[in-house]
Amino acid sequence: MKKRLYPLILLAVLAGFPLVVEDNYYQHLMILFLMWVVIGSAWNMIAGYTGQVSFGDAAFFGSGAYAAGLLAHHLHVSAWWGMAIGGLAALAVGFPFGWICFRLRGAYFALATLALNEVLRHGTTIAESFTRGMLGIMIMPTFVSKVPYYYIALGMAVVSVLSVRLLIRSKPGYYFVSIREDQDAAESLGIDTHFYKMLSLAFAAFWTGMAGSLYMNYMGFIDPHVVFSLHDISIMAILVGIVGGVGTVYGPTVGAFIMVAVQEMFRSGFFGLFKFLAETTGSESVRALADVLTKGHVLGFGLLVVLVILVLPNGIVGDWDKIKKKVFRIHSPA
Amino acid sequence: MDVFLQILVAGFLKGGLYALIGIGMTLIMGVMGIINLAHGQLMMVAMYVTFVLHSFFGVDPYLSLFVAMPALFLLGVVIQKYLLNPLIKAETILPENQVLMTVGIGMVLTEVIRFIFKSDYKSVTTSYTGATFFLGSISFSWALVVAFGIAVAFTVAMFFFLIKTDLGRSIRATAQDKDAAILMGVNTRRITVITFGLGTALVACAGTLLVPVYYVFPDLGGPFTAKAFIITILGGLGSTVGAIFGGVTLGLAESLGATYLGMEYEDIVGLTIFVLVLLFLPGGFKRLTKV
Repeated sequence: MKKRLYPLILLAVLAGFPLVVEDNYYQHLMILFLMWVVIGSAWNMIAGYTGQVSFGDAAFFGSGAYAAGLLAHHLHVSAWWGMAIGGLAALAVGFPFGWICFRLRGAYFALATLALNEVLRHGTTIAESFTRGMLGIMIMPTFVSKVPYYYIALGMAVVSVLSVRLLIRSKPGYYFVSIREDQDAAESLGIDTHFYKMLSLAFAAFWTGMAGSLYMNYMGFIDPHVVFSLHDISIMAILVGIVGGVGTVYGPTVGAFIMVAVQEMFRSGFFGLFKFLAETTGSESVRALADVLTKGHVLGFGLLVVLVILVLPNGIVGDWDKIKKKVFRIHSPA
Repeated sequence: MDVFLQILVAGFLKGGLYALIGIGMTLIMGVMGIINLAHGQLMMVAMYVTFVLHSFFGVDPYLSLFVAMPALFLLGVVIQKYLLNPLIKAETILPENQVLMTVGIGMVLTEVIRFIFKSDYKSVTTSYTGATFFLGSISFSWALVVAFGIAVAFTVAMFFFLIKTDLGRSIRATAQDKDAAILMGVNTRRITVITFGLGTALVACAGTLLVPVYYVFPDLGGPFTAKAFIITILGGLGSTVGAIFGGVTLGLAESLGATYLGMEYEDIVGLTIFVLVLLFLPGGFKRLTKV
């Protein structure tokens, strides 16, 4: 019974967060975290549950962001309308793609998603007259305060996690897992694997696109290299899924929190800890170390990928029992 | 007409190098069944080895083949042995963990290099960098012709190695059917390690040959990884002959695209071919030649 309460407690904490912490910086980080919960959950649906690993989440994220941005730029309507069509735009990209590319399996499908993202990135860069190319699209954010964005992001995160939970405990959810475990066996049992893979992709594309249009509204600026980035979006989405736990409902939430924290930790030199140390001790070597750490945040990221895959292949939530045994020496009654 | 011929020649020469990149990728693909997304990054490391040898010790880029290839062979062996092979045992939900691992390795390599050499574009200028000769009205770049020659030599050598030698046969056996190979007494673990090393050494060779005519910078890995997988898909996964065809096709298509559509379309051409092949010829050229 106690386990069921954890998500509710977490939700209560999150709902109260901006009322307690009024610092803009931490609110910003939390908005990013909630956005990654949405993207991570979406990735987890297509990759973790259905087994179709996508390396091109940025394609859907960018489609959503550009849908909102282009709408505001060309038609001069509020970019919030983009929230209504962002997810649908990503669906419009995902649908023909899935239709064609789901004949591919495993790593080949992953490569096709990679190619989709590359095509979109080059496409938006070249079509300057329509998308403004590398200049990017800039809009004025609606709110000065971060709190409205926070609650919108929180709402999206909650709905996306709940929808994962609902979907995964319904019939299609079981079909997804059966496709992951053995596609041929699933097919022979009469599951229309192509249809269900499309359904899973549609879910993932929709939520990733929604997160993209939120990003457009919140950040106010996008360009092809930001939203179609392999490292910053696609790989990050995979990491969020893997660190947290592939094929678990709350894994992406844990993963998103850890990844956003780690990313920020490296970027800011452990939240200015090293800078502070350097100033108090006046030591040159600590200052140099802080410098190296801040510059090497992508390197830290890469090392983290390698380490996580080696040590925790099923993520923190997925390998929780293993962690409990090894680190805390708690043996759960079998 | 001259322009057209000139483009064909340029594309063909570039294609020779692409073939070398593709063969390394396809070998690894065939034996381990995974796509090595650190392929371009490994090539970038080889290019930096060559760059360092040239700028600090004055070694000719072609001579540094003898250093870069063994060095990268070792790097490949270490990666396979200590990072990729342990993943086979791990019980995971997703079999793509190895592919993700190569992504991580690629990131680490790029960032380590960026750390040491900064993001600047470096170039190696030799006496023959700009040298050309003419056949009729078509100009040939010496560096590219020599690179093409060496690439062809390595490709042919690789081919004979795979067909004639014992080790080559073991590699092909592992690629065809791992379990059967184990039953026949092939140490498949050792084979995967050697194959990864060989694949890396081949791409290192391509990288070194590219140094005199190209820039060296840390982010060059990504685009070349993309090219490598386009070549492998074009040629058919695991097919050596296919990789040669795929490499030359991509080289030609890029040259033609860059001239007749515009420079910015160079990368799009490759991706378009990639999608078209997936649509109309899944399985690549291997389907046509059966090799």
